[in-house]
Amino acid sequence: MEAILLQILNGLDKGSAYALIALGLTLIFGTLGVVNFAHGALFMIGAFCAVTVQKVLTLSKITLDPTKTDFLGNPAQIKTPYVESWFGPDIGAALIDWSVPLAILFAIPIMLLIGVIMERGLIKHFYRRPHADQILVTFGLAIVLQELIKHYFGANQIATPAPDAFRGSFDFGAMLGMDPNVVIYPYWRLVYFAFAAVIIGAVFAFLQFTTFGMVVRAGMADRETVGLLGINIDKRFTIMFGLAAAVAGMAGVMYAPINSPNYHIGMDFLVLSFVVVVVGGMGSLPGAVLAGFLLGILESFASMNEIKSIIPGIDQIIIYLAAIIILLTRPRGLMGRKGVMEE
Amino acid sequence: MLGIKGKDLTLLGVVAVLALCAPFILNPFPQDSAMAQFNAGYPDLMQRFVIFGIFAVGFNILFGLTGYLSFGHAAFLGVGSYSAVWMFKLLSMNVIPAIILSVIVAGLFALLIGFISLRRSGIYFSILTLAFAQMSFNLAYSVLTPITNGETGLQLSLDDPRVLGTSVSDTGGIPVTNLFGLEMRETTTMYFGDWAFQFSNGYYFCAVLLLVSFYISIRIFRSPFGLMLRAVKSNQTRLNYTGLNTRPYTLAAFVISGMYAGLAGGLLASMDPLAGAERMQWTASGEVVLMTILGGAGTLIGPVLGAGFIKYFENIFSKINDNVLHQWFGGLPEGLENGLVWVAEHFVGSGWHLTLGLLFMLVVTFLPGGLVEGGTRIGRLIRGKTRRADEKSAQSKPAE
Repeated sequence: MEAILLQILNGLDKGSAYALIALGLTLIFGTLGVVNFAHGALFMIGAFCAVTVQKVLTLSKITLDPTKTDFLGNPAQIKTPYVESWFGPDIGAALIDWSVPLAILFAIPIMLLIGVIMERGLIKHFYRRPHADQILVTFGLAIVLQELIKHYFGANQIATPAPDAFRGSFDFGAMLGMDPNVVIYPYWRLVYFAFAAVIIGAVFAFLQFTTFGMVVRAGMADRETVGLLGINIDKRFTIMFGLAAAVAGMAGVMYAPINSPNYHIGMDFLVLSFVVVVVGGMGSLPGAVLAGFLLGILESFASMNEIKSIIPGIDQIIIYLAAIIILLTRPRGLMGRKGVMEE
Repeated sequence: MLGIKGKDLTLLGVVAVLALCAPFILNPFPQDSAMAQFNAGYPDLMQRFVIFGIFAVGFNILFGLTGYLSFGHAAFLGVGSYSAVWMFKLLSMNVIPAIILSVIVAGLFALLIGFISLRRSGIYFSILTLAFAQMSFNLAYSVLTPITNGETGLQLSLDDPRVLGTSVSDTGGIPVTNLFGLEMRETTTMYFGDWAFQFSNGYYFCAVLLLVSFYISIRIFRSPFGLMLRAVKSNQTRLNYTGLNTRPYTLAAFVISGMYAGLAGGLLASMDPLAGAERMQWTASGEVVLMTILGGAGTLIGPVLGAGFIKYFENIFSKINDNVLHQWFGGLPEGLENGLVWVAEHFVGSGWHLTLGLLFMLVVTFLPGGLVEGGTRIGRLIRGKTRRADEKSAQSKPAE
């Protein structure tokens, strides 16, 4: 029982990341009909927003302290971050500590902007081209974004710690009245899951309960008719693209403390997210979320030692295996609509 | 001649001449001159041109003719490499059995994957092939370590049995790959004034195989089978309505292109007898897609051009560094020089992938037919008026 709970919890954080990226991919696909291979790169840029904010906040003024010397006999250098000298040591330190959550505020406008520029500048010209062309051009874009990040941030992972308050783990099992010290779970992963749940809920609520969302849903069902009613659907779809980019970016920001970002984190997630989207069913938003969590949890179950000893190597291939089985038995994925992506 | 005629024969002739004279053509600058870094006429690079040419030609038979975009073709290349190295370990250092085995194993593997993946089309097919390739890659890294030697990669060693050959060469080292005694790595250098031309046995072996593969690909393109594959690309539903089962045709195309990939993998291992799992990673699959699209999918010569183009610029661009750039722009005022160097250094050296990505985006956006279409357009531009004449003659003959 405890083991099962632990594996479900372990699967949640990865599942959340898959679900968030897959949600954005499906939003783009459902509205614009474009297969966006650059979506993983957007996730990565989000993660690097966290890195940038942390770097900016820790920018330091170097002062010399003549009373102390380092081992060469020179006066010791003392680094004081600018924020500490501006806002006082307490607030400054707190700002630095909370750099990752702060980065979300920074990432949302940036990602919206990147999304809108991407859609207006590039994707717009590919609506009527075959899906293969869309895949290829966004794949090229993903390479470009990835290489730019590599050029400025280097190829190594950059540690971006979570705020002190959320560092460390807590005994989740004891809280539920189980044996203590069995189900230990890091705080930040719980935060990530809660965050993902909020974002997913917000996106669904936005689509379901606002006029804007209603128009977008109508556009997803029949773009032409909505256009004939005199509604500028293209503009709304562009905004949806920006929104999807922002979702991917926020997923990246919050994921940075779990897995220190490097330039190819986006590609690593992209391949899996595409599997998730296809398993969920192209064009189905609930399907994408469901498949994201399902595959995340499945992956964490497969990495249990008990299962690995029966089928060695299963943890490496379980997602792909599940995808193959689901696609062969349910051609449109778990919740796919009829007639989407079937040429 | 050879069952092909007209333009195709000319094309084969051109490829043959290019491949056989490559050591001259790719070495246009004298040794020690400032331009020598643009020379590509050394065996290692030329072999890669030809081997990836074979890989792309095979990929084109699937993608160019049927329109099925496989994102997992590198798996067959990797499987081919592994089987070739095992042949070197167990049987002998002769390349022929190694290559035959790698083609057969890759073909069987493609049969298995294709049989399952081809039940779906469009993006579902792409994802299925990608899933299979990633599975093979992950397995090669982890559980299959006894066969693949995991992260280290499969290598030859002194205590391999090599039933038909010797475990240890006369000099006490690991014997080298050969074709009935002809060593693959043996290179003759011919000096001609300041020029040094290198002729390597390995390169010519690969080049001959490229010609054979290219010839087979021409025959497939012009055969009724090739016509059927094109029909699949243009409208599969219609074919199904005429009561025709397209699956055997697409599966055959998939297996053939898998065998091409296996051949390329076997050749890679024959030139340098080691095999690693990274050859199966999805980035490697992406690379062959890039080559084919860049050259021109669905054309005969396109994939070969694309492979050569990417491998050449990969090699040249990676070699350029800051010092070289400062040399180039040295004559300019200092501010301008630094500015230009700052811009240019994004694109060269380790930034080569950035150039590739940009180039690829430009080609997909503006030249969907790749380099071949570019060539045709330039040709038309030069001829000018004849294009209108072409169009007129085409208009006057309606298809009905």
